[in-house]
Amino acid sequence: MDTPHSLPLPPLQKPWLTLRTRVLSVRLDRRVPLLILITVLATLVVMVINIGVGEYPIAPLDVVKTLLRVGDYNKDYDLIVNTLRLPRMLVAALVGLALGMSGGIMQGLTRNPLASPDIMGISAGAGLVAVALIVSFKSVPASLIPFAAFGGAGIVALLIYVLAWRKGDSPIRMVLIGIGLAAIATAGTNFFITFGDVFDVQRALVWLTGSLYGRSWTELNALLPWLVVFVPMALVLARHLDVLNLGEDIAVSLGSRVALQRALLILTSVALAGASVAAAGTIGFVGLMAPHIARRLVGVQHEGLLPISGVLGGFIMVAADLVGRTIFAPIELPVGLVVAFIGAPFFVYLLVQSNNK
Amino acid sequence: MTTASLIATATPGKRPRTARLVRSRTALVLGLVALLGVLVFVAVSSIAFGAANITLATVLQAVFNFDAASTQHVIIRTLRVPRAAVAVVVGAALAVAGAVMQGWTRNPMADTGILGIETGAALGVVSAVFFLKIASLPMYALFAFVGATVTAAAVFGLGSLGRGGPTPLKLTIAGAGLSALLASLTTGMLIFKQRTLEEVRFWLAGSVAGRDINLLYQALPYLVIGLVIALALGRQITTLSLGEDVAMGLGQSTGWVKGLCALAVVMLAGASVAVAGPIGFVGLVIPHMVRFAIGVDYRWVLPYSALTGAIFLLLCDVVARLLARPAEMPVGIMTALIGGPFFVWLVRWRAKR
Repeated sequence: MDTPHSLPLPPLQKPWLTLRTRVLSVRLDRRVPLLILITVLATLVVMVINIGVGEYPIAPLDVVKTLLRVGDYNKDYDLIVNTLRLPRMLVAALVGLALGMSGGIMQGLTRNPLASPDIMGISAGAGLVAVALIVSFKSVPASLIPFAAFGGAGIVALLIYVLAWRKGDSPIRMVLIGIGLAAIATAGTNFFITFGDVFDVQRALVWLTGSLYGRSWTELNALLPWLVVFVPMALVLARHLDVLNLGEDIAVSLGSRVALQRALLILTSVALAGASVAAAGTIGFVGLMAPHIARRLVGVQHEGLLPISGVLGGFIMVAADLVGRTIFAPIELPVGLVVAFIGAPFFVYLLVQSNNK
Repeated sequence: MTTASLIATATPGKRPRTARLVRSRTALVLGLVALLGVLVFVAVSSIAFGAANITLATVLQAVFNFDAASTQHVIIRTLRVPRAAVAVVVGAALAVAGAVMQGWTRNPMADTGILGIETGAALGVVSAVFFLKIASLPMYALFAFVGATVTAAAVFGLGSLGRGGPTPLKLTIAGAGLSALLASLTTGMLIFKQRTLEEVRFWLAGSVAGRDINLLYQALPYLVIGLVIALALGRQITTLSLGEDVAMGLGQSTGWVKGLCALAVVMLAGASVAVAGPIGFVGLVIPHMVRFAIGVDYRWVLPYSALTGAIFLLLCDVVARLLARPAEMPVGIMTALIGGPFFVWLVRWRAKR
C-alpha cells in the first residue's frame, strides 16, 4: 500500500464535455450529466414513496398532486405532505448531498480511501459541543444546536490542520491526528452522557446517532445558506483536487498554490459536514460510501466525481430513511443507524480491498 | 508518502540507545523495587482518600485487624480496597497489553482503546443487557470478553491484509472504522431502551468504582494467565520488535510467538474491560514512558509497564475523584483526556510524512 489511494490516469481518448468561459473552464466526463439526471430522478421517486408511507398512507399520485398543488388534490393532505413530511425528505436529501461532497473532498485531499468526516473526528467534535449544550442547559432551543455543532466541527478541523502541520502538511498525519482527536472528543461526550439527567442524555443520544425525526422547514432553512455558498465552491475547487492528487511536488511545479487550495478545500469540506451534522446529527458512512460509488461510475476526475458523489449521498439518505421508517413500523429507526448497518460492511469491503492492493 | 517510511521512523525498536536513562542490571532491579514501593504507597493513599476521610493508621488496621463494627473498616473493606485492587490489576493488564501490541506489531500507536477492542467489549455488554436482560456484573464480564476477542480478531485480520502486514496506518484505520461502527450499534440499542441506558452508562465510561471484588476474582485467572504469557515472552518480543525478517533470521518461529502474543493481549484486554469497562490510552502512554526510561529490552519493559500502568491508573482514579467532588468522574474519561493529547503528540512528532 505505497500510495494508499493510487489514481490511475484516465485514458486520453475518453470523450469529454468541455465548457470554457473567461473565468472558468469545466471539463466533464460525458457520462456525468446523464448519471446526475438518473440519480436525481431516482431520489425523487424514493422521496415520493417515502412521503406516501406512514401512519397516514397517501397514494404516490396524490403525493405528487399535493406537492405540485395541481388538479383536485385533497386539502387534508396538504398539512401532512407539505408541512410534515416534505421538509424532512428535503433535509435528508440535502444532508446526504453535503456529506457526499464533503467525503469526496476529504478522500481526495488525504488520498486515503477510508477518510470521511466521521472517522476523522469532525462529526465527533460537532457532537461533543452539541451534547454539552443539550446536557448543561436544560431548555436549550433547538435552533442553537446547529451553530454549536458547526463550531465544534470547525474547531476539530482547525486542530487537525494546525497539529498536522510540520513544515508542510501530510495526509497520513491528518488522518491519524483526526483519529486521536475523535477519541478525545468522544471521551468528552462520555463525560456529559455520564453526568447528565437521563432524559437529556436520551435526547442527546438520539441526536448523536443521526435522526431526521421531526425535521421541519426551520432546520431546512438553517441548512440551505451553507449549501448555497459551499456546494458551488466545492464544484469550482474540484479541479484543484486533481492536480493536488498528482503529489505535492508536481502540483507545486505545475504552478498550484498548494497550501491555499488545500486550506480552501478543507474549509469547504468542514462547512458541508458541519452544516449536515447540525441539521441531522452525526450520520456516519454516507461520506465514505458515496464517493466510492461515484468513483466506480465516473472515474477519478473530481469535477465529475464531486457532483455525482453529492447526489448519490442524497439518494442513500432518502432510501435509508425509507427503510428506517418502514422496516419496524410504527417504531422508527434513526436514519444514522440504518446507514451504519449498510455502511459497515461496505467499510470492511473497502478495507480488505485497499489493503490487498 | 510510503507507509514503510512511517514504520521506519516510528518503530520503537529503532530508538537510539542513548535515549536509555538506566543501563546496568542492578539499576534496573532497583528501579523495579522502587516502583513497587511507589505502587504500595499510592495504593494505600488511594484507599485512605475519599468522601469519608480515613487516616492511614485506620487503613492498616482495617487490613490487618478487621473490626466489623467499625463503619470505617467496613468502608475500607467493601469499597476502597476492591477499588484500589481493580485499579492496580486493570492498570497493569492494560499497560502490558499495550506494550506487547506495540512490540509485536512494531506499531507505536497500538492500544486496546485506539484499535477498537474496548468498543467491541462495550457492544458485547450492551447487547447482553439489551437482548438477554442480563443485569449482573459477572455476566457483563463474560460478554465483554467475547466482544473484545471478536473485535481484536477482526481488527488484526483486516489490518494485516495485503503487503507489509499490519502497518500502523492500516491497523489504526481498521480500528477506528470498526469502532465507529460498533459505537453506532451500541448507541442504537441505548436509544431504544432507556432502562438499558440507565444500567450501563456508567460502566460504558470506564470506571474502577463500585466493582464487586468477586468480579475481580472471576477475571483474575485470565489476567494472571495473560500476564504470565506476556512476561515469559519478553525475549521473543524484543527480537520480534526488530522486524519479522530479523526475528526469523535469528531462528525464531514467529508464527508461534505472534499467536501467543495475540492470546495474551486478548486475555488481558478482555478481562480488564470486563472488570472496569472500556479504559483507553493506558496501554498507549505507559509503554512509551517506560521505553524512554529503560530502553527497548522487553524483558524489562513488560514488568516496568505493569507497575507503571498500575500506578498511573491509581493516580488517574484519585484525580478523577478530586476533580468532580463530591460526584465522581469515570476514570476512563480521565485517561482519555490525558492520553488523547499524548497520541496526537506522538503522531505529530513521530509520523514524519
